Amino acid sequence: MKIVVDFDKCKSNAVCMAVAPDIFEVRDDNFLYVLQEEPGEERRGDVEEAIRTCPTGAISVEG
Amino acid sequence: MAPPNLDHVVVVGGSLAGLRALEALRHDGYRGQLTLIGAESHEPYDRPPLSKDFLAGAADAASLALRKQGYDDLDVTLALGAPAHSLDVDARTVGVGDDTLRFDGMVIATGAHPRPLPDQPDLAGVHTLRTVEDSDALSERLEAGARMCVIGAGFIGAEVAATARGRGRDVTVLEALPQPMVRGVGPVIGAVLASLHRDHGVDLRVGVGVESITGGAHVERVQLADGTAVECEAVLVAIGAVPTTDWLEGSGLALDNGVVCDAALRAAPGIVAAGDLCRWPNAAFDDEVMRIEHWTNATEQGTHAARSLLAGGDAEPFVAVPFVWSDQYDVKIQSVGRFSGDDRMEIVHGSPDDYKFTAIFERNGRVSGALGFNMARRVIQYRRMIAERATFDAALAFAAANP
Ligand SMILES: Cc1cc2nc3c(=O)[nH]c(=O)nc-3n(C[C@H](O)[C@H](O)[C@H](O)COP(=O)(O)OP(=O)(O)OC[C@H]3O[C@@H](n4cnc5c(N)ncnc54)[C@H](O)[C@@H]3O)c2cc1C
Ligand code: SF4
Repeated sequence: MKIVVDFDKCKSNAVCMAVAPDIFEVRDDNFLYVLQEEPGEERRGDVEEAIRTCPTGAISVEG
Repeated sequence: MAPPNLDHVVVVGGSLAGLRALEALRHDGYRGQLTLIGAESHEPYDRPPLSKDFLAGAADAASLALRKQGYDDLDVTLALGAPAHSLDVDARTVGVGDDTLRFDGMVIATGAHPRPLPDQPDLAGVHTLRTVEDSDALSERLEAGARMCVIGAGFIGAEVAATARGRGRDVTVLEALPQPMVRGVGPVIGAVLASLHRDHGVDLRVGVGVESITGGAHVERVQLADGTAVECEAVLVAIGAVPTTDWLEGSGLALDNGVVCDAALRAAPGIVAAGDLCRWPNAAFDDEVMRIEHWTNATEQGTHAARSLLAGGDAEPFVAVPFVWSDQYDVKIQSVGRFSGDDRMEIVHGSPDDYKFTAIFERNGRVSGALGFNMARRVIQYRRMIAERATFDAALAFAAANP
């Protein structure tokens, strides 16, 4: 599973970080950083929740 | 108790919470008939951009759609453009126009609408903001160069003020209390919000009462209680929202500033509620009964309420640490948990002087909330401590160890 973020859509509101702070991090420069681009399969539930709750629909996965 | 037998679930309210409920019902295996009743003629769309990018002219209407992939896979009958006007809990029927629909499961998600001023005149140029039409109308005024007077310095008033300044308009903001959002965030952060807007050229007037809004064919001025007046071509009344429960009067459901639900978001057997109108006891805060008017809550509750409906007697409680964001100028505000302006507050990271800080709040010895400007990472760290019911001292120790 590879995480893809559309940075043109992302508004840095950190909703994804509330779900999975070890994968998504909005830093003090107000940009979103993906800390683990290919998290293990055991994290699929959290990643799907982040996809579902991202207000701008910026997150998707490949694989 | 066995899960209920459901053949027809009706979701009332075609916006965020209602859509998330539809999606969760299908995702969790509900295969019966599904109907969405929505007062607006649009498919569910997103509201936060209505005071931000969409109002700024930086996003188009198509980008607001909440479900870009369409509705075919949900196999739902979309009954849009007419409100439900009545509910009979015992007969299991809902009235829309001249029709009466039978249901055996219902999700109530009719949200909230702007609170009007007492005696608000029906004058051209006087606006409220909730729908895409509202945002379009306001945008037209800004396009025409209107001087803008915003009544109420809450999140929506503040965001519209910021967007209008971004479009180069003169903006006056009127706030009845001594600081913006002082009841919610206290005087220190209230003063930071005030200086943020003043730095960006807003004429912010606090502690002022509105006497009347006057004009001829079109609004011309807002008359203040202290005898002064604000000349303007557009007024936004942004003094809060009221839960949309008028259609439930006489239904037998308990209404009290929202639909009163149990811990699992059930309003009655087979009837659940979600989103801006839902009041429920939240176990994350000693079962405090709360109603939350924010995006993440509507998403999470819509999903949870659908699961409660499917689970029947075995439904799980909805336990949540509220999360809100707001964008004003180049400041990203994040706020989590539960606090008020009267609670003890400490600024634990950064400094308000450069609009980059995190504050934490204390209630009953525990850390109950956190608010940050441009410090999302810190705020989320405290959200976890709040969920774990950490003491305030533990949060202070964490702050000291992570400067
Ligand atoms: C301008 C604006 C900016 C915002 N910005 C943010 C933000 O930055 N961050 C944040 O966290 N939150 C924000 N919010 C709040 C967020 O949008 C709401 O919490 C969310 O929309 C609530 O969803 P809901 O489905 O409960 O209710 P609503 O979105 O209010 O939807 C209710 C729907 O039900 C319909 N309806 C009403 N009565 C009936 C009836 N009788 N029958 C059928 N349908 C009916 C309504 O027409 C509406 O379509 C903002 C809100 C606004 C208005
Ligand atoms: S939730 Fe979506 S918009 Fe918000 S920071 Fe994450 S990716 Fe960006």
